[in-house]
Amino acid sequence: MTEYRPYTAYRTGEPVADTAAPEGPVAERWDTRRFRAKLVNPANRRKHTVIVVGTGLAGGSAGATLAEQGYHVVQFCYQDSPRRAHSIAAQGGINAAKNYRNDGDSVHRLFYDTVKGGDFRARESNVHRLAQISVEIIDQCVAQGVPFAREYGGLLDTRSFGGVQVSRTFYARGQTGQQLLLGAYQALSRQIAAGNVEMHPRTEMLDLIVVDGRARGIVARDLITGRIDTYFADAVVLASGGYGNVFYLSTNAMNSNATAIWRAHRRGAYFANPCFTQIHPTCIPRTGDHQSKLTLMSESLRNDGRIWVPKAKGDTRPPAGIPEAERDYYLERIYPSFGNLVPRDIASRAAKNVCDEGRGVGPGGQGVYLDFADAIARMGRKAVEEKYGNLFDMYERITAENPYEVPMRIYPAVHYTMGGLWVDYDLQTTVPGLFAIGEANFSDHGANRLGASALMQGLADGYFVLPSTINDYLARNPHHDTITADHPAVQEALAETEDQLHLLLSVDGDRTPDSFHRELGELMWELCGMARTETGLRKALDRIPQIREEFWRRIKVPGTGEELNQSLEKANRIVDYLELAELMCLDALHRAESCGGHFREESQTADGEAARRDEEFSYAAAWEFTGTGAAPVLHKEDLVFEYVHPTQRSYA
Amino acid sequence: MKLTLRVWRQRDADADGGMTTYDVDGISPDMSFLEMLDTLNEELILKGDDPVAFDHDCREGICGACSLVINGEAHGPERTTTCQLHMRSFRDGDTIDVEPWRAAAFPVVRDLVVDRSAFDRIIQSGGYITAPTGAAPEAHATPVPKPDADTAFEHAECIGCGACVAACPNGSAMLFTSAKVNHLNVLPQGAPEREARVLDMVGRMDDEGFGGCTLAGECATACPKGIPLFSITRMNREYVRAARKSRR
Repeated sequence: MTEYRPYTAYRTGEPVADTAAPEGPVAERWDTRRFRAKLVNPANRRKHTVIVVGTGLAGGSAGATLAEQGYHVVQFCYQDSPRRAHSIAAQGGINAAKNYRNDGDSVHRLFYDTVKGGDFRARESNVHRLAQISVEIIDQCVAQGVPFAREYGGLLDTRSFGGVQVSRTFYARGQTGQQLLLGAYQALSRQIAAGNVEMHPRTEMLDLIVVDGRARGIVARDLITGRIDTYFADAVVLASGGYGNVFYLSTNAMNSNATAIWRAHRRGAYFANPCFTQIHPTCIPRTGDHQSKLTLMSESLRNDGRIWVPKAKGDTRPPAGIPEAERDYYLERIYPSFGNLVPRDIASRAAKNVCDEGRGVGPGGQGVYLDFADAIARMGRKAVEEKYGNLFDMYERITAENPYEVPMRIYPAVHYTMGGLWVDYDLQTTVPGLFAIGEANFSDHGANRLGASALMQGLADGYFVLPSTINDYLARNPHHDTITADHPAVQEALAETEDQLHLLLSVDGDRTPDSFHRELGELMWELCGMARTETGLRKALDRIPQIREEFWRRIKVPGTGEELNQSLEKANRIVDYLELAELMCLDALHRAESCGGHFREESQTADGEAARRDEEFSYAAAWEFTGTGAAPVLHKEDLVFEYVHPTQRSYA
Repeated sequence: MKLTLRVWRQRDADADGGMTTYDVDGISPDMSFLEMLDTLNEELILKGDDPVAFDHDCREGICGACSLVINGEAHGPERTTTCQLHMRSFRDGDTIDVEPWRAAAFPVVRDLVVDRSAFDRIIQSGGYITAPTGAAPEAHATPVPKPDADTAFEHAECIGCGACVAACPNGSAMLFTSAKVNHLNVLPQGAPEREARVLDMVGRMDDEGFGGCTLAGECATACPKGIPLFSITRMNREYVRAARKSRR
């Protein structure tokens, strides 16, 4: 460990470069890379073991595909079944540049939209590859039996989705994530039955094993028996999702967590752009302090619903009693060409602004209306029901209000994290042999992700990118020494894991894990949420070490480590949130510009839009861990834009 | 709201279990049922007791993890998942029984947590279409009539929670199995494996110790996703067709 320096006194180290991406025209780079990649002889593949952590869209598709290729896959998920990974909750759809509508879409346009939507903080090579692969994903999923919505002629239906002007989003009612995940789960199930995948459900990765600078395995805990074991492999793939649960309240599943990626970060993997978090504009507002999570309403609702608040402050009349002339359809007013379909960050911030002005609706004034009265008048109730029925039902179950009659109330909530482990074009982290795919990496969405692009990226990484690039690593590193449990690096990782769990159980304080998680989450939402300031971030950076200190003094975890102990699982995840939150705030503080989902109040245009500062910040910030609470080292990856020239985003 | 809860507590798979009574106070009608249990657990932890273990994850009705029998009904009185059940469905002063799924094929792991891995093994026995990555034809090569696509979707909505098994007097998994068989068998992409799929999945279902189906219909009543009872009839037809064909 380096000498202690205050956390904000970070040092800038050597730049980090993506050495895996080939040169040449962007449209040819993926072909070039695949051709240059070494291959593993099919007969030798079964001799290679690959660990995959997570079974969502990225992990499930990667595990299935690697096993189909002949590798021996050992896969983990904390859920009782791989089918329950949180990708299942994605509602809206998946983008693909099929141009089935003949509306001017193309691979280049999807590439362009994604780079622009990401506010010029993503790597062009990666994004172009994503757009290219998008078309194959749809073919693959249809072949697996994914029941996408279809037209009467039997062909696939598409719709347009937040922030784009073409209709390229494929969907399965409001359950697209579920259907795509079940496709990947079924493909994985086939490989489990064939003996090619050794599946460990209810097992959580707690550390990464690095031997001679290479990722060689993981430490994992069986959540039923509490048994801690080590698993060895030739490469490790993390597909453990995002870290939105740092905020306590988010649209993530309750148990989604950052432990796998954070502990990999502690073992040497750089963490990139941690402050890039996405706040989704259309969630159901919270009802009280008991709230355990927030529920998203698909943003497809913005295609037909109109967002408004009363023009006057403190107008408490019921929505039906507010005449048309006294309503402010603020997105349509401020952004006439995109209207209600502006990108997520813009829609979220606009909602915050009108609520901050005192024009919010519902309990606590933390909400805006999403009104379907016009859509019902135009299309008829039946058509609205066909399109959004399940979402309306879900809304009514949660709020006990009928959205066919009363406008929905929505408010932004943390939804997705664009940041994650830094990876090169091969999706390999800075630890050789450690790969990160899906939301766990940082690569494709820049500072803001477009709607229906998460499913696309998860499946692109898992079905197509990783299975090609990991070959190259395995082919170039064919003969590993066998490692055994008595190797010092293994013993160290095991001992650290066990010590931490014992410590958590032994404090016997007077505060529950949830109480700390909630406190941290409120702090992050307040100071590192939709709008950030230097003062606020400095305050957060002062406060987080204090919460961490109090945590280790006052945490109470009942029971033992040798049983199903859900409090211990939670507490152990909070340990990581308390470190990750600090890095998120530092990253947000150092990036003194606004871009995408990261809005620094000090950096805005005269109209209050996010103002990027390209001369200073056109880079990805990759952070190196140096110790808990110790100043990390910043490694910059310069972003070069050869095809999509950075402009100030304008959706007016 | 003030409530009396009688909750099934069981230390592990081998221990004997029993109902334990707890009083909870200050419950808001806007809380979900699981948020009410969170409140109980926060109190238990501070008292130094073990909190009640239960499966839950997405809390938006789609992952299928939550699995409580509430007052004798799988997922409780509303047709939804436990996580989407709100306390406004109960009255102040109510006594509520909370138990795990009860079925021979779903052994209790602890308290309200059960082992549903038998469902995964049914899917592994044939609940997929063999389409290795990269081998897919262009998506529009095979149009699927909208009614067939809709039927497939209706069955594909199953979240694998197991309420159908918990509700069934025989502990049968027919609704779960038929949902997957019908989803895949109705599609042209599923046709090549149509017969093997239904025979293998039904065989696996029987081997896992699920009970037989007597068309009691409780499964379809409890299903939070509305998989219709007709699904079972349809699978039976598939089964007979496949059995006859395989005998030839």
